[in-house]
This record gives sequence, structure tokens and C-alpha cells, in this order.
Amino acid sequence: MPSMIINGHEVEFTDEKNILDVCRKAGFDLPTLCYQDHLSPFGACRMCVVDAGKRGLLTSCSVPPENGLEIQTSTERTRRVRKMSLELMLAAHDRECLTCPKSGTCKLQDYAERFGVDSVRFISRNKDKKEIDDHNPSIVRDPNKCILCGNCVRVCFEHQGLHILDFSKRGSNVEVGPAFGKMLNDVECIFCGQCATVCPTGAITVRPEFENVFDALYSGDKKVIFQVAPAVRVGLGELFGMKPGRNVEGKIVSALRKMGAYKVFDTNFAADLTIMEEATEFLKRLDEGKNLPLFTSCCPSWIKTAEQSYPELLPNLSSCRSPQRMFGSVAKKYFTKEEGLKPEDVFVVSVMPCSAKKFEAQREEFTTDGVRDVDAVITTNELARMIRSFGLDFLELPDEDWDSPLGESTGAAVIFGATGGVAEAALRTAYKKMTGRELENQVWKPAAPGESVREAEVDIDGTVVRIATVNGLAAARRLIDEIRRGEKEFHLVEIMACPAGCVGGAGQRANDSLELRAQRAKGLSDIDSNKTVRQSHNNESVLELYKTYLSEPNSAEAHHSLHTGYSSRRRIEEDIELSEVAEPGICVEVCVGTNCFQKGAYDTMKKLNGVLRAEGLLDVVDIKATFCFEKCGQSPNIAVNGKVIGNATCDRIQEIFDSEISPLLKTGSLNK
Amino acid sequence: MIIATVEALADARKEAREKLKSRLRVLVCTGTGCVANGSLKVLERFKELMGNEAVSADSHDETGIRLAHTGCHGFCEHGPLVKIEGMNIIYMKVHPEDVDEIVDRTINNGEIIERLLYRDPSDNSLFKSEEEIPFYAKQKRTSLKNCGNINPDNIEEYIARDGYAALARALSEMTPDEIISEITSSGLRGRGGGGFPTGIKWGFVKKASGEKKYVIVNGDEGDPGAFMDRSLLEGDPNAVIEGMAIAAYAIGADEGYLYIRAEYPLAVERTRTAIGQALEYGLLGENILGTNFNFKVRIKEGAGAFVCGEETALIASIEGHRGMPKSKPPFPANEGLFGKPTLINNVETFGNVPSILRKGAEWFASMGTENSKGTKTFALTGQVNNTGLIEVPMGTTLREIIFEIGGGIRNNKKFKAVQIGGPSGGCLTEEHLDLPLDYESLKQVGAMIGSGGLVVMDEETCIVDMARFFMNFTQNESCGKCVLCREGTRRMLEILEKITSGLGTREDIDTLAELSVAVQDGSLCGLGKTAPNPVISSMKYFMEEYIEHVEEHKCRAGVCQAFKKFEVEPLECKGCGKCARICPAGAISGKPKEPYVIDQESCVRCGACVAGCPFQAIKEVS
Repeated sequence: MPSMIINGHEVEFTDEKNILDVCRKAGFDLPTLCYQDHLSPFGACRMCVVDAGKRGLLTSCSVPPENGLEIQTSTERTRRVRKMSLELMLAAHDRECLTCPKSGTCKLQDYAERFGVDSVRFISRNKDKKEIDDHNPSIVRDPNKCILCGNCVRVCFEHQGLHILDFSKRGSNVEVGPAFGKMLNDVECIFCGQCATVCPTGAITVRPEFENVFDALYSGDKKVIFQVAPAVRVGLGELFGMKPGRNVEGKIVSALRKMGAYKVFDTNFAADLTIMEEATEFLKRLDEGKNLPLFTSCCPSWIKTAEQSYPELLPNLSSCRSPQRMFGSVAKKYFTKEEGLKPEDVFVVSVMPCSAKKFEAQREEFTTDGVRDVDAVITTNELARMIRSFGLDFLELPDEDWDSPLGESTGAAVIFGATGGVAEAALRTAYKKMTGRELENQVWKPAAPGESVREAEVDIDGTVVRIATVNGLAAARRLIDEIRRGEKEFHLVEIMACPAGCVGGAGQRANDSLELRAQRAKGLSDIDSNKTVRQSHNNESVLELYKTYLSEPNSAEAHHSLHTGYSSRRRIEEDIELSEVAEPGICVEVCVGTNCFQKGAYDTMKKLNGVLRAEGLLDVVDIKATFCFEKCGQSPNIAVNGKVIGNATCDRIQEIFDSEISPLLKTGSLNK
Repeated sequence: MIIATVEALADARKEAREKLKSRLRVLVCTGTGCVANGSLKVLERFKELMGNEAVSADSHDETGIRLAHTGCHGFCEHGPLVKIEGMNIIYMKVHPEDVDEIVDRTINNGEIIERLLYRDPSDNSLFKSEEEIPFYAKQKRTSLKNCGNINPDNIEEYIARDGYAALARALSEMTPDEIISEITSSGLRGRGGGGFPTGIKWGFVKKASGEKKYVIVNGDEGDPGAFMDRSLLEGDPNAVIEGMAIAAYAIGADEGYLYIRAEYPLAVERTRTAIGQALEYGLLGENILGTNFNFKVRIKEGAGAFVCGEETALIASIEGHRGMPKSKPPFPANEGLFGKPTLINNVETFGNVPSILRKGAEWFASMGTENSKGTKTFALTGQVNNTGLIEVPMGTTLREIIFEIGGGIRNNKKFKAVQIGGPSGGCLTEEHLDLPLDYESLKQVGAMIGSGGLVVMDEETCIVDMARFFMNFTQNESCGKCVLCREGTRRMLEILEKITSGLGTREDIDTLAELSVAVQDGSLCGLGKTAPNPVISSMKYFMEEYIEHVEEHKCRAGVCQAFKKFEVEPLECKGCGKCARICPAGAISGKPKEPYVIDQESCVRCGACVAGCPFQAIKEVS
């Protein structure tokens, strides 16, 4: 077996992808700010450098292990580089640590303390503060705390197939943000918050709402009802030093009651309800052969992606509201009736592992009969803060049971929190409905760390159902492309935006790893295995709800309260059809660089296309998109056969056509 | 016309030579420098007087006189240059109005116009031919041999001068391994600065697994004042393309990119023309010279980032990403453009390849020193009498370059230092004048050849200010990826600015030294690793100047404004008040007919009063 010499010890290695992994295996931890095991190595923070003597310092996160390589993990050289890097980062950082949401969990703060950076010799660069972006329900971006590690840029691109954040500018003016300095709300951000999860500092955080919850609890005129999502129960314990994946639902119930909850319910109840609706919907589509594959609709980030990028797939989305929304609707509409309350008397709080659920709760569609379904959404992290600030000793809390009736749930519901779980739960109920028998073999098992797409085929008494489950929207986009190209065919596709599913959501502990997420998923799987009732259609409380209020799945009442519809969010509705001109007589280039784009180059191009179409010249004049003529002062610019024309706004195109393009047609320069 | 076989190429060469035969050739330089000095108008006038330039490409005309435009001769400050081949004359600083006289007296009557000859600034002696001029006499122009001597827009001229013979030899007589071993034994090393043995690099890419491979020409020359690659591409683009094709054949690539800065429009245009002609002749494209070797090349214009000269950043740029370097390994040889094995060499490196295959590895290895073979081009600038583009054998000393080729320091000032290798290089002093310029010797003294910039400084250059200048450049050009380069160079610049503005302390010098070491040792890519070089080397050889700045508040070169002090000589001042009126800071006051006084606190040290005083009553005191 090949081996390396680390700090004088021989360490064997097998499939470790970099020197860093080998060092950590050998018990020598190295600091990292820009390294995440599920992202491509970046090598920017310089913290993980190791001393390879004459070969210089090696970036251990990106260099693969080599047989016989001799390195030291801590020498005068590595220490000098690490300390200087930290001091330089701190000098450019907003050091208002005490009021930072990441105080205590910030990696930069931890390293600065660990390496003894006790003073900063350079002038602070934070005198002119950059604007904080908190104009959306889910994410707060504070560029003053950004250390430019690029984790957010990579996670957005590599896992979600988006490029919401990227670097701009040069030298020490470099910054990370959306294109054209826009706010997250104004771009196609899906609020999954994975950027916040991988941010080592307080530059990107999930927008907190727990103050509103305390306000409601203290107000006295509202009855505060909590619902707790499945992934929270296996994620909260970690924040109090417990083993990752440990189910702490009993302590959660107890903590929320102590803080003054009127009722503590389980989102799992709504998950079972979702399955009743979704399985019925699925079987109907399967029967009719329409709108297949059915895409699940529990994940708000996926929903926003579909609305933005795949409006043509919206009919394929399940019309079921997400469990969070179903819960809110049931609690406000039916539970209040049972209790003799009015919908406005209750304040529904969701505890979610997710930042996008905050966005979801504020969507316009998220109301029933004009009443908001959910009033506040807090994350696993926020719940931990509430527990600590309330002065509860979490580890000592007794285990208590959920309230009834919206606290009853089955094993099928709890696995909603990890990739594959929703499909498995739907399959269990669909199988029963199709065959009259319970599905005996579990199709779904927890995914291996980093496994993003899984496909399965189930034979239900001769009907073969093909299922795909995907986590990460980059993988989802690839799969959708394959489906659209006809390379793959499925009946049911489950999509969750976060790697590993909701257990890896942005509401959970930040700076975690795929390994930790797998342990949480295992925790959910164990809860399912240990349940006596493991199918949604056997949830007695759910059946009772149908009996009393909803009659049956997909009934008119169920549709009104539990289903929804989506519409396209595409910002550019029609595509411009550009014909390929083999031998263009005239070439018109339209600049779509930053300035011109912002000043309407896209409309210019559309208009130009329209004019040429009207003149029947699309096969003579070639339209090309191009970049920067360096005449940004007069943007938008176009060039006709190389002649740059400024201020080519949409309304001037006809004029430009008449004065610049028409004459060329007449002079016969077409024949050149 | 497709040249379909090796034999056909030989025929085409004969034909081209026959066609281009002439009694006299008038060569007008149209390199960027001469164009800036107005050479296009000179060319235009020649055309008017001699008939269209196209004559030169056609069959014989009666008189046997041809006109052609060429690339750079290197002696740009004396441009526009006009060379008359056949009479062995080179005229300098030719204006359009001189053209009539040249045609009349020189071309028609064989007379020499002394006024247009090169005149040595030291003794006023005149030089008629290029070879005699001291600037050229010590040079050995091999990679630049065609620059200034052929029309770069006419592939026939290149073919006539043995162009594409090396490619023909490679394709018909050599295996890829033989080519690589020939390049290896020639001792050619990367001319972009790194100095990595070229043949070995080719070997790595050839060995790398993968069907698809790429060749990239790195023409993102960004060092301030350097223009070696630009001149080669402007003057002899086919040599680079031929070298690239040979490399592609040797490593098994069928596609290549020429990455050229967009700020070099002429180089881009000439290279594009050359590619078009090579395609037309079948020297690029499919089944080149009748073999099954295919090679397609594209030009990618760089968008103006210095860091894109770093190979991984350059690759990212071609791929359409932000030009940010990646940490190595993996090296481009294994995972380069679009993840495929990629060979990336500098323009000049490729430019040397055809000659090596034509004349043999031994010929190339006969020039230079033990470990640095061949010749190297340098852009000689700064305070020397002759500035320009030069090519000398490796191992030539700085003394030869500065005092013989460069003709010594301007205005008989004293030589102080030379910054070699641009912003990534280091400064060398008097003690290094006899150091042979090659990769190893320079490395030993903390400098590098880099791409070949040579900025000569005299005693009136402040060394701290020089370091500040280069640090400003690297800080602006840092991609901002790694902490040490992004933030470290900024802080180094801050300290240098503090020192040159008179506010520096001893602690600042210590912090600067500490930062230099950390940035050099810990940065991700070559830009950051070499950014502190100007500071490190200047501190090594001129520490006393740094100390003078912070302790004695003195700039011995008189460059740093902050240390200047102006005073009115009371006895000379007539009290006219002019100085008070022109002072932009309102720092001068006084009563009419009485001596005026400068308030040192408000004085911005611009020196306007000194220049403006009609009685020379204001003096700079130190």
C-alpha cells in the first residue's frame, strides 16, 4: 500500500482524494476555510498548506497524496503563512463579532483565536460598509464579512446548477455577489441556503424569525401552535453536543411546551396527508397516462426552479401543497373548528431544517380563505437559540409525546426528511391501493454520502413503475434533460434541492459534511424501521380527518384546502429565434455586455429580429450577440458590418434599419 | 491552392522564390511602434510613387523593385524604419515627406541620404546598414530573423524563406517521439518565464492518457513595457503557427488556440490572416501535406487580465470562465482545456521550434550557456540610449546589453539598477553587470528572466518608488482568489505608499519584509508567488534607501515628492507675488515688494512656484 510520511510518521493511504484527508486520517487536523468535502477544491484560503521542504508549501486540499511524499503539517513556514493569511483576512473583515449571527460558530473567529492572531497591524477596510442584502425572506448576505473563499459560488454552481453568486472586480476590490450588483430577490435565487451552510463566516446566514415567535408567545392573545419537520429531530441534538442523527423529538416537544406552546404538532402528520393525496393523484395520472412523470412538490427550492426554468413541466408537478402548507391549512381551517377557535386566534410556527420554507410561507398562494397558513418559520438553528436563551438544559429535558390529533404519524412520513423518502412513502400507499396488499420490501434505503441520483423499478402486479429520486438541482437538471431527450423514462420523480435531502438543509448546523448528513438520514430511517405503523394510509388521525372534513383524497374539499397551482416565473418569456445564416451579406452584432444588457440590449435584439422578419431578411442579415465594443457610455451598442452604432435602443431600431442597414442592401454589398 | 505533398511544398517554395526575386526591396516597418509613429502614411506615399504594393507579390516588374510592409525591427524609438534591401540601407524616422527624396535619390540614383541614417548619440557617427548599428551588431536574431524582413501578410514570403519546411520534415521523416527528443536535446526551455524544458513538457502531454488533446499558444503578454510576443506575432505569425502545428503532431493534438491579448489588435489581425492563408494552402486543416495529420486553430482574444498569462487562468478564460488560476496539480498536461491534456507554451517558444527542426538540435544548443540554450528576446527600456526589442544568445551579460546594445545610460547619468522580468522579476545592480543572463544565474540572485522585460534605471530613479510602481501593478492585476496575493499585495502597496509619502516607520519596513516572505511562500499561483520580488530584491540591494526614507526623510533620487522642500531665497525675492498667485495650495504668502514665504505645512510640493518665479528665487532644498 502506498504511504506518506506525515510529521515523521508513516501513514498509508488508499483512495483519499487529497493530502488533507490523509493528514486528518492520521490525526493531524488542518485548518480549512475554502474546503468542503462535497465541493471542488479551490485552494484560496491558504490555511491548509503543508510544508514539503524543498518542494515548497503544498495546498493539501487540492494535491493528491503521493507515495513517499514527506510533509510537515505545522512548521515555522506554515504557521507564518496561516497567521499572516488570518491577519490579512481579519483586516478586511467586519469585526463586529459580538453582534454577528455566526459568533461562536464562525470558523474565522475560531482560527484567529487558535493561531493567536491577537492584533491586526493593517488599517481596517471596513469604513465604507457595503450594503447588506436582506431583501428576501430567507437569506441575509453581508458582503462586509465575506472572506472570498468561494464556497457559496461553487455550491450554487456545482450542486444547484445555478450561478447566482460569482466573483467580480479585481485585486483587493474583488467581491462576491449576484450579477450587476443585484439583490438575491431580483435574481433567480431559489433560497435553498446551501451558500449559508458552506459559508465559514457570517457573510451569508439564514434570516432569523424567532423574535416574532417570542413576540407571539409573550403576547397572550395568540395561541401558538408548532409543527416540527422530520429532519429537525435528527439535526437538533448535534447543536447540543449529541451524536449526529439521534432522534430528539421528545425533548423538542418538551422544550416547546416549556416555552409556552399551545400545541406541539408534527409536520409528519401532514406528510402522511400529503401521501394520501399524492398517491391518489399519481395513480390517477398513471391510469390516464397523463402528465407523467409526476414530479414531487414538497421542496420549495425545486418548485421555484421549475417555475423559473421549466414552466412547461408545471403540469407534471404534483398539485399537492407541501406538508408545511398542508399542516398550516389543516391547523387553521379544521383544528380551530375542533377547538372552537377562529383562524386568527392561532399563530402557526414551523420548525424547519430549511431556509426556502421561509420563502414558501410568504408566497401569495400560501393562504386558505384569505388567512395565512403559517405565521412564522424558524430553523433548527433558531430553535436551538430559543432553547438556550430560554435557559433550558436541553440534555436534561424529559421526553414528551406530541399533542393529538395532529401529532400522530407513521414511518412513511418521517423519511420525507431525506432523499428518496417521499417516493418510498408514496409507493407504499400506491402499492396498497393497486394491490390491496402492503408493500413488503422497502425499496428505499438511505443514500450513500454524495449519491445524488437513484433509479428504481417496481413491479406492482405486472405494472412496472419507474422511479427516480434526485438530490441537488444540478443533478435534477441533468436528469430532466435526459427525460426530455427521451433517453430516460420515469413515472415518478422525487426532487430535493439540498444534497442528501432536507437533513442537509440550510436550517441545520452550518459547515457540516456529507458524512454528517448521511448519519441524520440514517436516524430517520431508524425511526421508520422502529415504527409499528409505517404506511400513511394507516394513520388513524389522517383517516379521521377525511371522515370528518375532507371525505376522500382528491375530493373537492381536499383540492380546495390541500392543493395548489404554480405559474411560470420566467423573466424572459419568448426565446428569440435566430436563424443560422450561411453566407451573411450583412452582419449585425448586438452587444450583450453588462452595460448594454442593463440598458435593454435584449429588447434591441428582439426588435431587430422582428424588423428583419417583417422585411423577410432573416436569411440575409446575420444577427450575433457579442461582447463589449468598449463604448459603454452610449449603450446599448450594435455594429452593422463592423460600424458601431450607439444608443441603439429598442425604439430606434426601425430608424437604424432604415439609415444603416437598408442602404447596404441597395448598394449590393450583399454580394461580397 | 492546396499544397498536398511534401514535394509540392518544395515546388511551391521554388515558385515563390522565383516570383519574389527582386533587385531592390523597400521594406516599410508596420509594427505597432512604427505605425504609431506614422509609418502607414510613409507606406502609402511609397505606394503612390512606386505603384501599388501588390506589385511585390506579382511576377517581375520591369525595374525589379519591390515594396513590402513588414513587422517590427525592434528599434521602435527610431521609427518609422525603412529598409532598402539590395543596397543594405536602413533609414530611420522617415516621414511621408521624405519618401519622394528616397525614391528620387536613393532608389533611382543610388545615393545615400545621410540625414535619415542612424546617428550614434555619443559621437555623431553615421551608420548605413542594420548590421553596423551598435544596437544590432551585438544581437543574434534567430527567432526574430524574419521580423522586419518579410511581409507577414503574405505566406509566400514565409514559404520562400524555408517556411513550413520544418513541419514537412516532422510529418514526413520523424515520429512524434523523435520530434520530442530533438526538442529535448536542443535544450529549449519555456520562454514565458518559467523556463521549464520544452521537450519534457511535450513528453508529458504526449504520455497523458486521452484521445483529445489541445495545444495553446500563450500570447497574453502583460508585463509593462514588454512586447516580444507582440512583435513576433506581428512580424512572423507563420513561424508561431508552424511551431504549434509541429507540437500538435508530436503530442497528438488536432486542435489549438492562440490566446492573444485583445490590446494587440495588429497581432490578432496578422495572425488571423496567416491562419487563413495557411488553411488555403492546406498547411492547416485536414490531411496536412497529404498525411493523416489534421490541425485546426482558433484565436481567442484575451480580455485584458494580466493573470490570464498564468496557464490555468488562461485555460479558464478560454473555457469562458473568470480568469482565475487553479492550484496545481493537476497540471494542464494531464487536465487542461475542457479537462483534456493540454500543451501550453509561450509565443516565442513555439517561434523557436521550426528553426530547431530545420537546423537541428545541435545548432540550437551551440548557442547559450550550459543549461540555457539558444537565444532570448528582451524588451530593453528605461534610461538607456537605445531602447527596443533585442535578441541575444543566452548568457549575454547585462553589461553587453546595457552598454553595447543599449548604448549606455542616457545623458551620461550613472547606472543604478535594472529591473528584469517585469513586475514578477527582481532588480539587479552594478555588481550583477557581468552576470550571464540565463535561467539559473538569475534565479540565484533573486530575479528571473520572466518573459524578458529589461527596465534600466539611472541614479534618478527612486528604488522604493520603483517597487511601489510594480506593486501597484500586481495588486491591480491580482485575480483576488487567494488571500495572500489579494490582501497581501494590497498591504504591501499601502506600506510602500506610506514610505514614499514620508510617513513610513522602521516597523513598516519590518512588516513589509514579513509580508513579502509570506506572500512569496504562500500564494496560490505564480503571480502572487513572484509579486514580492521587486520588493525583496530592492530591499536586498538598496536597504539603505528604504531606511533613508523612513529615518532621514530623504529620497536620494529626488523622486518622492513628500521629501521635497521649497524655500524662497529672501535676498533674491523681489516680492512680485507671482508665486502666490500660481500656488495651487495657497501656501505662499507675503506683502508686495517684500520677500514671500512658503508655508511648509500647506505646500503640496508640486514645484510650480520654482518654475514660475521670474527671478529664480525659489529653490528646492533637501
